[in-house]
Amino acid sequence: MNKDIIIIGGGVVGCAVARLLSRYDASIALLEGGSDVADGASKANSGIVHAGFDAKPGSLKAKLNVEGARMYPELCAEVDAPYGRPGAMVLAFNEEERPTIEKLYQQGIENGVPEIRIIEHDEILELEPSVNPDVVCALLVPTSGLTSPYELTCALADHAAVNGVEFMIETFVNKIERVEGGYKLDTTKGEMTARIVINCAGVNSAKLHNMLSDKELTIIPRKGEYYLLDHTKPLQFTMTMFQCPTKMGKGILVSPTVHGNLLLGPTATDVEDGTAVETTAEGLKWAADAARLTWPKENLRTVITTFAGIRAHESNGDFVIGAVDGNPGAYETVGVESPGLSAAPAIAEYLVDMIEKAEGLTRKAEWKPAPKREKPFYAMTLEERAELVKRDPLNGALVCRCEQVTEAEIRAAIRRPVGARTIDAVKRRTRAGMGRCQGGFCSPRVLEILAEELNLDPTEITKCGGKSNLLVGTIAEAAGKENA
Amino acid sequence: MNLSPELRSQVMYVDVLIVGAGPAGMAAAIAAREAGVDNLLVLEREQNMGGILRQCIHNGFGLHRFKEELTGPEYAQRDIDKVKELGIEVRTGTTVLSIDEDRFVTAISRDKGVQMFEAGAIILAMGCRERPRGALATPGTRCAGVYSAGTAQKFVNLEGYMPGKRCVILGSGDIGLIMARRMTLQGAKVLACVELMPYSSGLNRNIVQCLQDYDIPLYLSHTVIDIEGKERLSGVTVAQVDANRQPIPGTEKHFDCDTLLLSVGLIPENELTEMAHVEMSALTAGAIVDDSLQTSKEGIFACGNVLHVHDLVDFVSAESFKAGKAAAEYVQGKKRVGKYVNLKDGNGVRGVVPQKLLVPEGEAETVQIMFRPAGVYKNATVRVMDGDREVARLKKLIFTPGEMAELNLKPEVIKGLSGGDVTIQIEQ
Repeated sequence: MNKDIIIIGGGVVGCAVARLLSRYDASIALLEGGSDVADGASKANSGIVHAGFDAKPGSLKAKLNVEGARMYPELCAEVDAPYGRPGAMVLAFNEEERPTIEKLYQQGIENGVPEIRIIEHDEILELEPSVNPDVVCALLVPTSGLTSPYELTCALADHAAVNGVEFMIETFVNKIERVEGGYKLDTTKGEMTARIVINCAGVNSAKLHNMLSDKELTIIPRKGEYYLLDHTKPLQFTMTMFQCPTKMGKGILVSPTVHGNLLLGPTATDVEDGTAVETTAEGLKWAADAARLTWPKENLRTVITTFAGIRAHESNGDFVIGAVDGNPGAYETVGVESPGLSAAPAIAEYLVDMIEKAEGLTRKAEWKPAPKREKPFYAMTLEERAELVKRDPLNGALVCRCEQVTEAEIRAAIRRPVGARTIDAVKRRTRAGMGRCQGGFCSPRVLEILAEELNLDPTEITKCGGKSNLLVGTIAEAAGKENA
Repeated sequence: MNLSPELRSQVMYVDVLIVGAGPAGMAAAIAAREAGVDNLLVLEREQNMGGILRQCIHNGFGLHRFKEELTGPEYAQRDIDKVKELGIEVRTGTTVLSIDEDRFVTAISRDKGVQMFEAGAIILAMGCRERPRGALATPGTRCAGVYSAGTAQKFVNLEGYMPGKRCVILGSGDIGLIMARRMTLQGAKVLACVELMPYSSGLNRNIVQCLQDYDIPLYLSHTVIDIEGKERLSGVTVAQVDANRQPIPGTEKHFDCDTLLLSVGLIPENELTEMAHVEMSALTAGAIVDDSLQTSKEGIFACGNVLHVHDLVDFVSAESFKAGKAAAEYVQGKKRVGKYVNLKDGNGVRGVVPQKLLVPEGEAETVQIMFRPAGVYKNATVRVMDGDREVARLKKLIFTPGEMAELNLKPEVIKGLSGGDVTIQIEQ
């Protein structure tokens, strides 16, 4: 396979880059090693659109964070991804932490974060009555936002796909080398060549960089473990509650999600294996204990799941974005850790502007708008539901009872431009299985619908690609083997 | 609810609306109809009546109610036949979306679209769901091969597929025990059943018939401390736990397996109940009810596993008959007059149902109270205390949390209550 441009990595950055590049007259493929887009860091993070007070003034992180956060509302409206702006607080629990809050305030001002101010004990408790009453002061950040990182990534991918970008999943790049007129990639789906390559490979990005450049980069995979609690009304906290940051990151947070769940975490542990997303007893205990400082009446009875994600921490601490030194036509986004999600739209714009100028790309006559999706059933009024089910009766068949997902929505998710092919991919696009029963009731039906839509045998359906099949055979086969 | 005029015109009135056509909903419907309610409607989200009994193809159902041993589908069929014979309208494939305290109900289905009802009385009979892995916060990967036992049961018994070949079962709830046998009979190897508590939460007969008969070891006071496998499950680590249920280092055992079935508790499905702002019990995770099974909201009744998780379907049916009859009397305008007393959990007792008892002005009827023992008690006595005065007692050789305890309060006992709180306690 030969393309003008190959993007490596289908996380939020890779998909945002793919979307912007789809405006240009070029043949483009995006290769994703996992079984779906948003299969790495983009599926397991806090989902916070940071306002930008945290990054060091003058760093690329700070610039792209603030710029990215500014782009979010419009971008999410355009591609149809969830976005909310509940605000945030960074809490100081003793006077020793006050200088940190003041420093963050100064940084925020320097970075150009709007509307921030320092508030004191009484105002904090008035705004957030569940917070630890020992709190002394806090940085109030009204423009702190929330998104659903995997839904955003899927939406960006769809927009790119309707404009001609070819998405290849389960296509892992083992090797990249410079050849006459471009680059040759050795992948799990065979050899591919392209004039331009863009490395957005998250935890694997440094490895790819080092195959091309002598200026070595190091990614230290940094694991974060989380608890996800059920959506209950009213939610304990309306804003994202940060503690004072440490050198390992922004510290533990207690935050609503854009879907109204409550999230506790993350831990920050450096690990060797960038795919090691298992949770640990120590990590979960640490997270639960640490969050209690923010939320003394912490109640984990409504926990519906725990998970871990990996941050691609580059050892120098800043984003590395731009052309790969000494390799014409090669570009990269390395070390995109928090606030990488917040910065992603700005990273993509920054990089694509650079590529357009350097490579002389020309715009297509037409750039199709992002495909419009039906408003989620769970968010509809009764009137809207009544109209919807008249149009398509499959909207009247509820498959996921916890999150109120209909059969029509599941089929639509599979038929999207970058469609779901696994149980987890359906979950990320529709929320089926995301709720309190964790797919106990709906997964057999989702599996059946996937098999029908993809024209596969039910035993071929996987949870998350590879050999993660849910079923090992029919009972007739099992009995036959036993009798033989 | 604020509705457009068009929707408002479609609202239907029903005397008694029942949510769920599992064993609880069917029994409630039969009783309501037999008590004279004509305008009766049952809503069921699945395509078929019968609820979870449909996938319980093992026998052991009906010993109390029918004095014979039936399979789950056979037991359900008796009620299905009766519901049909009585001409009760059941809308299957219909999911209830909301219930409010004024008994306004919305629902949706493929063929009828959005449906709205005003109900004279509502009977909540939604059943329960299984506690998932996520709620346990068991460390490890999130690979395929970890199922709640009921999900696995559905795959095997209703869909005809095997979810795995080498299994470990976490939790000794009845569905887990039943699935240990089922998977074994189907050619899978069940390596162990692992229970956190020092006693099984399942029925003793299931321990014998599903584990012992197949030489499946039961590890009490053990739990799974790690789940391994990148794509499909490749193994689990099990460790013994101390009195505080914390793993004891050095006791780890590893099992190579491709399947982990969870049978770690059932949770009443009360999302709709909560929408109606019904007062809930933290102990049963169900509604707080009086002896007529009426919740804190007038005209809203609850029965079966949505009220509290039962061991036997026979008892679900018995309770639901009462709820159906009570809802019928409510819509027929039969007032219950008297004074309420609270029934409270005492030492060794968890989740007494009902939590309120009417001491009627007129004649009283026998009231059955049910609860779970908080631990294992041998040669123990349950005492019902009206203040310091014992008004009833029940002696048994053994009480365990795995078997619901029940005792009856006779009419004369109820009539003689002082009006203060009544406490139920176990003494050894």
